Amino acid sequence: MADPILSIRDLHTYFFADEGVVRAVDGTSFDLYAGQTLGIVGESGCGKSVTARSILRIVDRPGRIVSGEILLRRADGSVTDMVKLPADGREARAIRGGEIGLVFQEPMSSLSAFHTIGNQLIEAVRLHAPLSKKQARARAIELLAMVGIPRPEQRVDAYSFELSGGLRQRVMVALALAGEPRVLIADEPTTALDVTTQAQILELIRSLQRDRDLAVILITHDMGVIAEMADDVVVMYLGKEVEKGPVDAIFHAPLHPYTRALLRSIPNVLAEPREKLATIAGSIPHPFARPRGCPFHPRCTEAIQGLCDVAFPETFDVGAQQAAACHLLNKPAA
Amino acid sequence: MIAYLTRRVVLAAITIWAITAVTFIILKLPPVDFVDAYVAQASSTGSSISAAEADALRAAYGLNESYLVQYTKWLSLVASGDFGRSFEYGRPVTEVIGDRLWLTVLLSLGAIVVTWTMALPIGIYSAVRQYSWGDYIFTFVGFIGLAVPSFLLALIVMYFGLRLFNMSVGGLFSSDFALAPWSWAKLWDLMKHLPVPMLILALPGIAQLVRIMRANLLDELRRPYVMTARARGLAERKVIMKYPVRAAMNPFASTIGYLLPYTVSGSIIISIVLSLPTVGPLLLRSLIAQDMLLASTIILMLGIMTVIGTLLSDLLLMWIDPRIRLGQLK
Ligand SMILES: Nc1ncnc2c1ncn2[C@@H]1O[C@H](COP(=O)(O)OP(=O)(O)OP(=O)(O)O)[C@@H](O)[C@H]1O
Ligand SMILES: [Mg+2]
Repeated sequence: MADPILSIRDLHTYFFADEGVVRAVDGTSFDLYAGQTLGIVGESGCGKSVTARSILRIVDRPGRIVSGEILLRRADGSVTDMVKLPADGREARAIRGGEIGLVFQEPMSSLSAFHTIGNQLIEAVRLHAPLSKKQARARAIELLAMVGIPRPEQRVDAYSFELSGGLRQRVMVALALAGEPRVLIADEPTTALDVTTQAQILELIRSLQRDRDLAVILITHDMGVIAEMADDVVVMYLGKEVEKGPVDAIFHAPLHPYTRALLRSIPNVLAEPREKLATIAGSIPHPFARPRGCPFHPRCTEAIQGLCDVAFPETFDVGAQQAAACHLLNKPAA
Repeated sequence: MIAYLTRRVVLAAITIWAITAVTFIILKLPPVDFVDAYVAQASSTGSSISAAEADALRAAYGLNESYLVQYTKWLSLVASGDFGRSFEYGRPVTEVIGDRLWLTVLLSLGAIVVTWTMALPIGIYSAVRQYSWGDYIFTFVGFIGLAVPSFLLALIVMYFGLRLFNMSVGGLFSSDFALAPWSWAKLWDLMKHLPVPMLILALPGIAQLVRIMRANLLDELRRPYVMTARARGLAERKVIMKYPVRAAMNPFASTIGYLLPYTVSGSIIISIVLSLPTVGPLLLRSLIAQDMLLASTIILMLGIMTVIGTLLSDLLLMWIDPRIRLGQLK
């Protein structure tokens, strides 16, 4: 395989609040390749959005990247560590939007209501290309057409609140791609949308990816979306990466009990009518009160007393590409 | 947009009508009507008013007829610019108020400008650098600004002005110019006297607006659109100035409406302490003397100016907030 375009190595991002430290991202590593889609999946609050913001260096206070590397392979082959760049410096800003674009989870409030869509698009275009206002406006209209917005010449002067949720999310995609990035991070791009619109947005992302050989990180808590879109999957739980591997392996041979629990919670068309949907027992622990040992053990049906609640499991490789952090995998070598 | 505008203008017109009604009630409040008071006042000071003159006044205001007729007569007189005579000063009301009205407006507008130019940067700083030393200092000073009565502040400023710089900060004119006709020299003299009272009048407003601005901006800074702006590579300073600050601006527009009446009525004590020739002290005196034609005229003008101020701030809001302009927000 070619070199990854983006490599995250043991990333730790903590929030230093008055009440204590929230370990929002606590040791995540993955590789992203051009033309491929990496799915990051996990329940609410497991650190998916903070991972995305860390990659762009836009984590807000009191959050801070504590350690780790974010290695971006540039077009010329050199490698830049985003963690080492000053967050508001020229180079980090050129990468934000110019190399890595981000689509947010809330299309309602991710656009300014005080500025037209065109205003924000033109700004994004001109931040990464030396175009005149007029040229940038033409480019903005092109971008709107590219993401499938009807009558882009008129919509460019509209305000976000004049558009439907689906169109707004298309505008967000156009904004993320305005600087011609090679990596697109989509943070739950469809959570706020109805099912039909959801499918359209996913299809849009897929076709843009094909056209531009984009590397895509797709963040979601929906295993169905992962099955449809992802090549590789990272499963996160409480800031930790509990399992990762190719999508087929994750779905057909899940290693971690949490992954299995997530898979059981997908509604199944073949299930009996009115059959109760499986849920994961218990609830996510409070961010300040992390359980000792494996973070998942209080909710795990297969937890081993005296082991899982004491020691954090190391990560075991299974096969060439799949890995999971679970004591159950520590079988004596057979 | 048209609907919003029409609603505001109609509302303003109704409010002005209501103000005339209230003013008329105030005019009629004293047990002795103003013509009798006028006659009594004149005889006590030695000059006298002929019975014919008094009758003519009563007829002009319809004092022997029903309240409705009296109100209509008074209103049509006022509408034609005839506000009557002040018996306290023995001169027409318009002459007594004279320049005071325009000086009041000038002082208020000046105080608004000072309030804005101080509160905006301080509010932005306090929010962006929340819990920094600067933020704590501004918060502390702000609390003092809110807690210390302005007239006390005025006295302190006057004391130090006199002790340290040997300058008198009272009034809006030097004694040479107070009664002189308008000239460039007098205008310059006014300019030199304006800043101190403007600042003192502005201070409570600044303190309040900084708190509002800080709270609003802190709210806006957490919104996703700020994150989106950062994510496209915009520099932090530009992100803040273009997006969240713009969204937190609404309270600034609203200040126009309230600062005008505030400088006049809320600041009567300051005006007396600083001996400012504004309408505030005049209103107080006329109410004490029950010089009702003068008092009611001032009240009427203040009311109308407040309505105009509110209308202006609504227009400003419409200009800065497209959601209002496009009828998304009521
Ligand atoms: N500004 C902040 N201050 C303090 N803690 C924060 C802040 N932002 C995020 N966190 C914490 O970081 C953790 C991870 O949050 P994150 O937003 O990444 O979750 P998520 O996986 O994206 O969840 P969701 O599916 O709800 O979007 C949470 O426990 C949250 O409380
Ligand atoms: Mg999230």
